[in-house]
Amino acid sequence: MTPLLSIRALSVEFDTRHGTVHALDRLSLDIAPGEIIGIIGESGSGKSVTAHAVMGILDRAARITGGEVLFQGENLLEMGRRARDGWRGRGASIIFQNPRAALNPIRAVGDQIADVVARHSSLSRRAIRARVLELLRHVRIPDPERRARAYPFQLSGGLCQRIGIAMALACAPRLLIADEPTTGLDVTTQAAIMALIRERAREAGTAVALITHDVALAAGNCDRLAIMHAGHVVEVAPTAAILARPRHPYTAGLLRSVPSLAGSLDQLQAIPGSMPDLRRPDLPPCRFAERCPRRLPRCDAPGPLALTACGPGHLVACRNLP
Amino acid sequence: MTRIGLRVLSAIPTLFGVVVITFLLTRVLPGDPAVFFASNPSMSASDIAAVRENLGLDRPLYDQFLIYLGNLAQGNLGRSIATGQPVAAEFARRLPASAELTLLAFLLAVVVAVPLGLVAALRPGSLVDHAVRLIATLGVSMPTFVSGLLLIHVFYFRAGVLPEPIGRLDPFLFEPARVTGFLTIDALISGEGQVFRAALLQLLLPAVTMALFALAPLARMTRAAMIAALGSDFIRTARAAGLSRGRIVLIYALRNAMLPVVTTMGMVFSYMLGANVLVERVFSWPGIGAFAIDSIVNLDYAPLQGFVLVMAAIFIAVNLVVDIVTVLIDPRAED
Amino acid sequence: MSAPDHPARHKGIFRALRRNPLDLLAFGLFALICLIAVLGPLLVPHDPLATDTAVALQPPSASHWFGTDQLGRDLFSRVVVATRLDLLIALGAVALSMVAGSVLGAIIGYWGGVLDTVVSRLVDVLMAFPLFVLAMALVAALGNSVANVVYATAIVNLPFYIRLARSELRPRRALGYVEAARAGGSGDWRILWRHLIPNIAAPLVIQASVNLGWAMLNAAGLSFLGLGVRPPTPEWGIMVAEGARFIGSGQWWIVTFPGLALMLAVLAFNLLGDALRDLLDPRLRR
Repeated sequence: MTPLLSIRALSVEFDTRHGTVHALDRLSLDIAPGEIIGIIGESGSGKSVTAHAVMGILDRAARITGGEVLFQGENLLEMGRRARDGWRGRGASIIFQNPRAALNPIRAVGDQIADVVARHSSLSRRAIRARVLELLRHVRIPDPERRARAYPFQLSGGLCQRIGIAMALACAPRLLIADEPTTGLDVTTQAAIMALIRERAREAGTAVALITHDVALAAGNCDRLAIMHAGHVVEVAPTAAILARPRHPYTAGLLRSVPSLAGSLDQLQAIPGSMPDLRRPDLPPCRFAERCPRRLPRCDAPGPLALTACGPGHLVACRNLP
Repeated sequence: MTRIGLRVLSAIPTLFGVVVITFLLTRVLPGDPAVFFASNPSMSASDIAAVRENLGLDRPLYDQFLIYLGNLAQGNLGRSIATGQPVAAEFARRLPASAELTLLAFLLAVVVAVPLGLVAALRPGSLVDHAVRLIATLGVSMPTFVSGLLLIHVFYFRAGVLPEPIGRLDPFLFEPARVTGFLTIDALISGEGQVFRAALLQLLLPAVTMALFALAPLARMTRAAMIAALGSDFIRTARAAGLSRGRIVLIYALRNAMLPVVTTMGMVFSYMLGANVLVERVFSWPGIGAFAIDSIVNLDYAPLQGFVLVMAAIFIAVNLVVDIVTVLIDPRAED
Repeated sequence: MSAPDHPARHKGIFRALRRNPLDLLAFGLFALICLIAVLGPLLVPHDPLATDTAVALQPPSASHWFGTDQLGRDLFSRVVVATRLDLLIALGAVALSMVAGSVLGAIIGYWGGVLDTVVSRLVDVLMAFPLFVLAMALVAALGNSVANVVYATAIVNLPFYIRLARSELRPRRALGYVEAARAGGSGDWRILWRHLIPNIAAPLVIQASVNLGWAMLNAAGLSFLGLGVRPPTPEWGIMVAEGARFIGSGQWWIVTFPGLALMLAVLAFNLLGDALRDLLDPRLRR
């Protein structure tokens, strides 16, 4: 099947006062239509930068230095600004963590959804209003007529995230990026939000990229998992395969550090060391090497580290597989 | 809307406090008003005593205050010694001159500063951005009385494109029929194009002088507030939803950025009420500020007292308007 | 970006200064103004008060760098000598309102209660006056003298310091080190002086440095109106006022040079205020 989204050798750098941060290094990842993929990594691993690069909403300080992002075969990075604006919301959309801050504090939430609907359609005022209410019902917001007139500060975090989902789904995008959508919400709300995202996506055939640091959350909700470390995708595989047999030492370490996935409490351990400083000019080809228990001299040999197949649909970037 | 009502009510004690302080300013501080008259050599000790009695200055302080309050309630601000006229009438005559000047200056400042700050925020590091920062720093450092005089030198003496700074209208022209008291508007109402032009030309330099000073804090705050707004999460959401750039900048960012800008406008207005006095002096503008200065020079305390009171009342009203506008922009302020 | 590294703080300040030439300019200008204020009378070629009608209203020349005024006084000498008075008025007013305002604000912030309510209301009322108008009225009421210009400028600024000190102090009342001092038997006054006031000093100093330029403008504005300083004392505001009569007939230099001096001094203070705020306020340092 041809992928919906194909990120190929994407590199992103940030200029800061203290040097250039090599945030993404020749990152490649495919997302199939309708699938739910979890993108997992520690903070600073480049998950959100990847999402922002795909959406075209990187900071001013960020610079794409190479690669391409193909959406249904078309390179988003070469799309004109107008076309890209039109693509956002219809091609792909995104929901963020901290849902209340992600909404305009002084505009009624219904109007904010209506802005998105109006931007991508030529519906009448009345039809837009009807569509907004329909969207609010779809994300199971009780009493939608009243809630449409509310402001974000009058709604709970969970309700704000439902509004965010309604906005993101307003124009039936082919891809929904959910960037830590449940961080900061309480546990029951988290489960409800995840269930809602899955249900809406399955119904409309929308692909979902769930970005999270929470391995258990991703494992419980995704068809495939992609593991990121320091600006690289180190392993991609179907969820069951990766849980059963993680191939990359970082993935293995990550799984051992999660209580609900580690077999028993005495197998629970943290990964030693921390991510390398991405401002370093001498980053090794494998950015995990310095933390890796299986490091060999050839791990440090120059040349890019490629993702290679090691099983059905199972890719890994490692020169010393167990 | 309840908050607006409450805010209006809460202004009342402040206004009362202002009345008390204004009263005390002239009654308790060393400058005894009766002594003011003593500078007039024709006055004898008994004359002074008579004046004291006449003004109620021989009574206990709280009595005097009650009399003062009673007079205020009737719109009586006392009488000017220099002109013999009721102060309130003099203010009514002069207020439009000050108001026309201040409002035009304020308008000019806002119309220039907000777009400047906006452009600077949209292109940080650009030429406009550096220019705005320079203006913001220089503008607040430039005394209005100096910039006013320099503008006169350049535009009246050197270039000769603007009229001599001698008040609101060329003395050879007749004032238009009074409707609003604003000469420019009254001239338009009565259809006198020449008078309108003349009045506007007289108004231009003092208004620009005041606007130059007010520009700086407004542009600076607009820039800062816009940069903050553009960097916030909800702008990222709006961009990710594909909303047009115009809508993002004007409806999403600018409206949010206007909240601190409106507050700054209130502060700027306070500066302008003070700068008014200096600018009116420089341009021989027959407003209430010039009147207050004359009254200080003549040791004429009733106009000064009235002036301080009127200025404080205007400022309280401006702050009230700022609060109301804030409530209208920001639904969070309602609770 | 991150919290300031305290051991290397001075190094950080030095580096920040070098990185921002505008800050360096501010400190340089400020030092220059102080130097001129101190040395003033030693630097000038003419007696600032000596009149000579033979050379009245002369434009700038080799013998009179800034020209002469209507009485033939040398403007350069007058502008230079005036620095001390203008600086002293501004510094005096700001020092007075900073000290009085911080102490008062700290006291009401620490004890709260009725005193707090009363002073806070009074502060609200004072802030309802346009500052310059209130200063004008105060000088008129107190009497027309330089000292009263200082007091008036100090009084109209007082509310800002009271509010700032109060709001900075309040949240610190219950902090660990205060509780520890209290448990150790320190009295309220001792806690206030030894532990709390030193901790709220930084924002107050920043406020004062930002305030200096304004105080100078305020005082010069008052003397421009004929309040405070009296002729023939050299002072920038009053010199501008004297020159105002001649601006319409082309003698621009009488207004321009004292006006420029005033502007430069205020500019220096404003830049200095910004620089100090960036240096002392770690939240803003980047």
